[in-house]
Amino acid sequence: MAKTVSKHTFPLPSEIKPVPGTEGWEEMYPYFTRVRPEDDKRFWFYNSMHFPEPMPAFDSVTAEVPYTAMGAYTTRVFAFPTALGIDYRIINGHVYITANAVTDPKEIERRQKVFQERAPHYFQNWNKLYEGWKVRMRSLIAEIGAIKVPELGDFDDISVVTGARGIATNHFVREAFHRTIESFSKMWHHHFEFLMLGYGAYLVFFQFCKKAFPEIPDQTVARMVAGLDVLMFRPDDELKRLARLAVELKLDGNFVEGASPEKILASMRQLGEPGARWLKALEEARHPWFNVTTGDGFYHHHRSWNDDLAMPFSALPRYVRLVKEGYALDRPTETIRTERARIIAEYRALLRTDEDRGAFDQMLGLCHLVFPYVEDHKFYCEQWFTTLFFNKVREFGAFLKRWGVLADGEDIFHLQHFEVDQALIDVMIAWAAGSQPVGAAHWQPIVKRRKEILEKLKGWQAPPAIGPMPDSIEDPAVQMLWGITSETLDTWSRAADAVNPKELRGYAASAGVVEGIARVLTSPNDIGQVREGDILICPVTNPSWAPVFGKIRAAVSDIGGTMSHAAIVAREYGMPAVVGTGQATKRIRTGQRVRVDGDRGLVTILD
Amino acid sequence: MTNRMNTHVEWFEKIRLAARPSVGGKGASLGELTYAGIRVPPGFVVTTSAFEASLAALDAQGTIRRAIAGLDGKDLAGIGDVTREIRERIERAPLPAPVHSAIAAAHAKLCGANRSAPLAVRSSATSEDSADASFAGLQETLLWMCGADAVLAALRSCWASLYSVESVSYRLRLGLDEAEVAMGVVIQRMVDSRSSGVMFTRSPTTGDPSVIAIEGSWGLGSAIVSGEVTPDKFVVSKVTGEIVKRDVAAKTVEHLPAADSRGVSANEIPAERQAAPCLSDDEVRGLVDLAKRVERHYGTAQDIEWAIGRDGHTYLLQSRPETVWSAREVKPVAAPQRNPFDHVLAALGGKLRP
Repeated sequence: MAKTVSKHTFPLPSEIKPVPGTEGWEEMYPYFTRVRPEDDKRFWFYNSMHFPEPMPAFDSVTAEVPYTAMGAYTTRVFAFPTALGIDYRIINGHVYITANAVTDPKEIERRQKVFQERAPHYFQNWNKLYEGWKVRMRSLIAEIGAIKVPELGDFDDISVVTGARGIATNHFVREAFHRTIESFSKMWHHHFEFLMLGYGAYLVFFQFCKKAFPEIPDQTVARMVAGLDVLMFRPDDELKRLARLAVELKLDGNFVEGASPEKILASMRQLGEPGARWLKALEEARHPWFNVTTGDGFYHHHRSWNDDLAMPFSALPRYVRLVKEGYALDRPTETIRTERARIIAEYRALLRTDEDRGAFDQMLGLCHLVFPYVEDHKFYCEQWFTTLFFNKVREFGAFLKRWGVLADGEDIFHLQHFEVDQALIDVMIAWAAGSQPVGAAHWQPIVKRRKEILEKLKGWQAPPAIGPMPDSIEDPAVQMLWGITSETLDTWSRAADAVNPKELRGYAASAGVVEGIARVLTSPNDIGQVREGDILICPVTNPSWAPVFGKIRAAVSDIGGTMSHAAIVAREYGMPAVVGTGQATKRIRTGQRVRVDGDRGLVTILD
Repeated sequence: MTNRMNTHVEWFEKIRLAARPSVGGKGASLGELTYAGIRVPPGFVVTTSAFEASLAALDAQGTIRRAIAGLDGKDLAGIGDVTREIRERIERAPLPAPVHSAIAAAHAKLCGANRSAPLAVRSSATSEDSADASFAGLQETLLWMCGADAVLAALRSCWASLYSVESVSYRLRLGLDEAEVAMGVVIQRMVDSRSSGVMFTRSPTTGDPSVIAIEGSWGLGSAIVSGEVTPDKFVVSKVTGEIVKRDVAAKTVEHLPAADSRGVSANEIPAERQAAPCLSDDEVRGLVDLAKRVERHYGTAQDIEWAIGRDGHTYLLQSRPETVWSAREVKPVAAPQRNPFDHVLAALGGKLRP
């Protein structure tokens, strides 16, 4: 991160007050996540993009593991010359991060040698390595799905004896849990394997365009970069296919607004051959495409479409109606492709030198090379794998409930993974000793207390940033990934001063101006509340929100840059969007009239 | 004086850029754009030959030009004394009969049935509006002139403005040959502008060649040109057509035809219209199309004056080459590298490989 100045408009970490009634909240998280005195010297920002709510104890693994993997690649594997990894702290349940920079010229030079030798290997073999990556990811996905939580019976299975296995089954309780955590860790390592290099390609092209065309909107650069055949549109495309099939098979009468999935499925089962065909198509679509969650893979309670069919099914009545009215629901990919080619050609023609055109072609070509990975890894990692991961952890929750340690299987998410280890060992020992686990008395009061704490922490207004404000944000990862630049900081610090309480500034992610009624969704599970014509105000969006984009008139998010999901989808839908406002979900209330100006990145509260 | 036409009056339809020595930069540009099919208010140019003939009639010995050529460009007081007298002579002198009759006939033809149709009388100096000597604004423009007498008086005051202190000192500073300095005067139908302004086919603030920057305000364009009003600003992408920036200013003043229909007057704008944008999005798009056509026609960045009449039509009043950014050296933003990824290595803190 850039050098800091002494003045600060954000509170220091040490100045953050605990939330009344949450005493002992730190115990929910590992000791190394806690604020220490020297943290006051550094600038931190609230990573509300990935962690928009306070962390349940178990879910803090989704900060621990990704940052372990990300920094490994930048600091140790590729040896980025100027950027190390991310430090994170959990403050009042919220994840704050800071990026570590290398500033010593000698050290930069030492790292350059290593970096220069290593990074080219990935760029030179990108497609081949990416194919290998997909194979590895699929096998990891198969692996976590295959992990079995052992049943501990009265007597161990006879095969332990006849197969001379030499290992009793209680051993495998811990092994299975460790393998679950380990494969989660491997997934995150795979996740970051290509990512920072890929973002680097975007960054270079953005910087070039901003120099050649100082007034080009970020969204226009993003349009030149974005590919079309990306997996994130696939779940929504599958829904559209199911809607078309329903109409084709004359099953459309079943899809009325408000009908529950259970009811629809039950009536399908009674509709003979056509019903069976539709159900078969549904099953094909579900695996893997319904492994998209309402979140970004960071919270256990962001359930997937497969876990709760109400989410995808809520989009079906509308799609069915549109099919019947004769609308082609397909994304107009040919139009988008032609338009993208035109935009690229025209900007290229506006460049004034052959050198510029040569560099433009190289940089954009590289963006197009890396785009499929940068976009599609999210489906493999955060959506598909993570859905299986949390469900596997649920199996351990059910195990602990069966052994009386937890009152409810879901309570496992109120234990850190280290604590889950202890609870499982408690059962393993008890099974071996022929006694009873003692975990119920130990863990159940803790779980109860943590649920109370978490509720109270949800009410905390997390400042967008803390610590001394830096002059500028130069770290490419921070800029690209979180959409945070010096201007964002400026906006946030002004927001903190409440310059105009009726206005919020963010990134102009998708052009156009509309007015309408706000629908504020802080939890993605409330997605069903969205009504036709609403203006969606949300912390961040991800692929599972796609069906909603057909209903809303504009989208506003707290966090996100021009390459964020909300921005990409909004542009495809030709709908105004402002992302990275910092505080929209805090300052706007459902029912208020708002104006979204996607040309200027401005949201105005009109009431 | 080769190349200069003998006719005292030339209609826009007959003028191309090459006629510049006889009709001046503005006149040549308006003729060229009329030829290109762009909506320019109809009109004609009183050519340099009319100017030369009139100057010869009142100064057969050529004393005026010799006096100017002998001045020191830094001696503003001296320039003031000499030019005051010259201006008075030009404004007072009757026009030679052939010049007078040519203009009177053209005026009658331009006005048609309404002999007092409002006209704009605009200087079009031969040294003006070139890409290297931006004379813009140094010479007279008179708006809303009604009737032949008023127009002829305005014509003489345009000629006289060639001898204003600013104009003369500017010429002396640039070392222009006084014998080559002459003036055409554009006489054209006035647009009763609802809104008007200027636009640039590259950003005046950043030089970005991918945008059209539009500034506009209510009423006649003179309020913007004179700096009396802060205009609305629009920045539009040439490529996507998106309005990427939109600053609606509080526009307090507009220039309108004066109550007696002679000239213009500044008028206060009522509060509710001050904050309203002076252009609709469709009008912005229309201007962008116009700007792109003009730029394409010339093949260089343009600085354009426009008006939207109360008749709803968009008119082009003037276009000249952009001078500031075009004069800068073109430096590449980046150069191609041996491998495309070398760009990324450099951006992530590595070094560009030789």
